[in-house]
Amino acid sequence: MKEKDYIKEISEIRSMMERSSKFLSLSGLSGIMAGVYALIGAFIAYKIFGFNPDSIIYNSESTELGVNLINVLYVAISVLVMALGTVVILSGRNAGKKGEKIWSPTTRLLVTNMAVPLVAGGLLILVLILKGLIGLVAPVSLIFYGVAMFNASRVSIKEIRFLGIIQIVLGLISSYFVEYGLLMWVLGFGFVNIIYGIYMHYKYER
Amino acid sequence: MKISIDGLHKAFESRIRLGIMSALSVNDALDFNSLKEYLGVTDGNLATHIKALEKEEFIGVEKSFIGKKPNTKYFMTKEGRRAFKSHLEKLEKFIKSQKSE
Repeated sequence: MKEKDYIKEISEIRSMMERSSKFLSLSGLSGIMAGVYALIGAFIAYKIFGFNPDSIIYNSESTELGVNLINVLYVAISVLVMALGTVVILSGRNAGKKGEKIWSPTTRLLVTNMAVPLVAGGLLILVLILKGLIGLVAPVSLIFYGVAMFNASRVSIKEIRFLGIIQIVLGLISSYFVEYGLLMWVLGFGFVNIIYGIYMHYKYER
Repeated sequence: MKISIDGLHKAFESRIRLGIMSALSVNDALDFNSLKEYLGVTDGNLATHIKALEKEEFIGVEKSFIGKKPNTKYFMTKEGRRAFKSHLEKLEKFIKSQKSE
């Protein structure tokens, strides 16, 4: 064997190790779309329903916020469903292009790594809403999304590790400066997702 | 042990066998279909190579049932891990020695 063959063999081994342990078809385009949905959702919540909590605790029955809170919740759930749907469809299309199955062992790895922090965060957010701790909803959603991304980076594109850290930091800052909660949420779920999506799209999808 | 002229184990001469070992080195266990998907080979072809690696005792088989469906999973044995590691080290050494020449 020549040197070139040895190098080729090593690179083949590395590629097989990566392909069989990581889901690398995560779509950057879907990150951009998710960011756009988040911006639209936040705009509707703020402009139409006047949602911009400036303290942690709200008495949900006495304030105007309580009436509109259900509407904001609907907006949030719509954003989540649309974002997840887009990620699944576009990442599936990416995997299909590479001749891989959408539901493979690596997909299962990614889904479990993300689902645990996301479900825990989602349930905590429901509790916060029920207890009237509205000001903490945005920070907590940022932190748990960040943890999910950080965790997922072990079984997917490694760059999303840093994306997770950014979201966690934004979440922690907004848990102290509650009045900037919605702004930080727009920054994290909206702009950071879009910037990351663009970066990943140009790096991996072209 | 079957060793070829350059000191590399014969079991790793085939791209497919090397692929199976690479995939199993980073997974606790993989089933037949996953391996087939990663390698892009036919059932018969994959089965032959798996048997060869089993005979070397580089990989082991774990049979179980999911409901009523039989589920066969393959994993790397200690012996296999040792051989795979030494194969990688040899490749590295060859590249280094040829670069310094």
